[in-house]
Amino acid sequence: MTSPTTSSSERPGRSLEPIDAPEPSAKRHRDLLRTFGAPVIAVVIFVTAWQVLVASGWRPDYLLPGPAAVFERLGAIFVDPEFWPALARTLSRAVIGFAVAVVVGTAIGLAAAGSKLLRASIGSLITGLQTMPSVVWFPLAILLLGLGEQAIAMVVVLGAAPSIANGVLSGVDQLPPAYFRLGRVLGARGTRLYRHIVIPGALPAYVAGLNQGWAFAWRSLMAGELLVVIPGASGLGNRLAFSQEFGDATGLLAHMIVILVIGMIVDRLFSAWSLGIRRARGLAADR
Amino acid sequence: MTTTADPALSLAHGEVRLRGVRKVFGARDTKVTVLQDMDLDVAPGEFLAVVGGSGCGKSTLLSLVAGLTEPTSGTVEVGGKVSLMFQEATLLPWLTAAKNVELALHLQGVGKPERRDRARHLLGRVRLGRYADKRPHELSGGMRQRVALARVIAQDAAVVCMDEPLGALDALTRDQMHDLVEDVWLESRFTVLFVTHNVREAVRLADRAILMGGRPGRVIHEQPNAMPRPRVMDSPSVATRAGALTQSLKEEVSSHDQSDYFVI
Repeated sequence: MTSPTTSSSERPGRSLEPIDAPEPSAKRHRDLLRTFGAPVIAVVIFVTAWQVLVASGWRPDYLLPGPAAVFERLGAIFVDPEFWPALARTLSRAVIGFAVAVVVGTAIGLAAAGSKLLRASIGSLITGLQTMPSVVWFPLAILLLGLGEQAIAMVVVLGAAPSIANGVLSGVDQLPPAYFRLGRVLGARGTRLYRHIVIPGALPAYVAGLNQGWAFAWRSLMAGELLVVIPGASGLGNRLAFSQEFGDATGLLAHMIVILVIGMIVDRLFSAWSLGIRRARGLAADR
Repeated sequence: MTTTADPALSLAHGEVRLRGVRKVFGARDTKVTVLQDMDLDVAPGEFLAVVGGSGCGKSTLLSLVAGLTEPTSGTVEVGGKVSLMFQEATLLPWLTAAKNVELALHLQGVGKPERRDRARHLLGRVRLGRYADKRPHELSGGMRQRVALARVIAQDAAVVCMDEPLGALDALTRDQMHDLVEDVWLESRFTVLFVTHNVREAVRLADRAILMGGRPGRVIHEQPNAMPRPRVMDSPSVATRAGALTQSLKEEVSSHDQSDYFVI
């Protein structure tokens, strides 16, 4: 069935080098500015609105202090010897709770993604849990585990895990059918299909789920620290509650700013991670 | 109703044999017979073009040969491993060109240092050596198909099914890819089943073209092609042969009132 031939690459006047190579695109250096500059603009808008509200005389100074007084107080808080241990305690609760949620949420997400029956039964439950405010868990958590670290941890995990599991599920659902066909053609089945195609393919949605899971974990933790006071082990939320109890509006607002800034920093880190992944795959918008 | 193959009629490496293949899709009320009474023999190392309009069962034929789907009745036998190349390159966007090729080697159990070298070598063969570390989105459509071609070679398959692999490319790039596909095939000598609706492309590349008619899909015409290689797409001899095939296609069109043939 073969015809007389010569290899076409040996023929003169013919080149097999690609003629349709795309032009290299100019590198963009505005990423850092965009990632970390945007929140700065948000802060400026926020502070301005705040100052305007204070200047309007809607509430007296001792109830609603202006930005200047609060930022001055922030400086004082940073040299308060009790602040840093409280910050460290809050952050470690957040990190540990989030880490457990990542393990639990990822495991549940992968299990549900791998089985049609589990997907159908657990899928709607996960979405339901996600829409439920995690504070709702606190009475039960306190009843079951007592007023302590474990109750806080339980609610943080329950707040974050559904979003993470949902991230896994939507990542797998969004995979193009062509990837599964390719997997079959390449002979990737079972765990190898997951390892080489499904998991990396689902990564962008998974990171989005992690980001959302972190936001829920942080919210749950703050709610927890407002409700659950552990003597000798107070966190940022507890300090917030004390400020309110002592009528210290300036301290209250200063702590709120700390909580806001931590949330924003972590969110920016997740965004940068997500952007990096999407850019590597050519999914990020050019402008 | 799949009958077992007679073990006495064992197949040579790269041989493809279909006997009385029927493929029906859908449930009771919506049954569609996609292929009917399909007999086909493809010799080892043969370059077979499968020409036909949309819905004539070309892609189903490839899926059957690749083992992605089972026939409703009849037998499909293939001597050796089958690889597939699609119209879209389906490269994994998180891997570089080299890593995409390496994955095919990895899944065959090739060790890490060896697959690295072999992937580079294969990309060199499709003239993409300089682009080994680029990701798919940094490559053009033609270059992505080159990577897919390198991946196909990496699979070391006996039979390669190509489902309109050049259908989405511009004419110049397509011409060049004809040279490259032919070049790789001449060197590797795998059997090719090349689905296209471009008649000239079939004449340019194939040792034999089969024309498939639709509703239900079956072979309605065959044209062996012993013209010396390399053939030139725009040459009079290619045009003459393509004209004959086109004529048969037109007859098929008028008998079935299908209007989606791509006659060039």
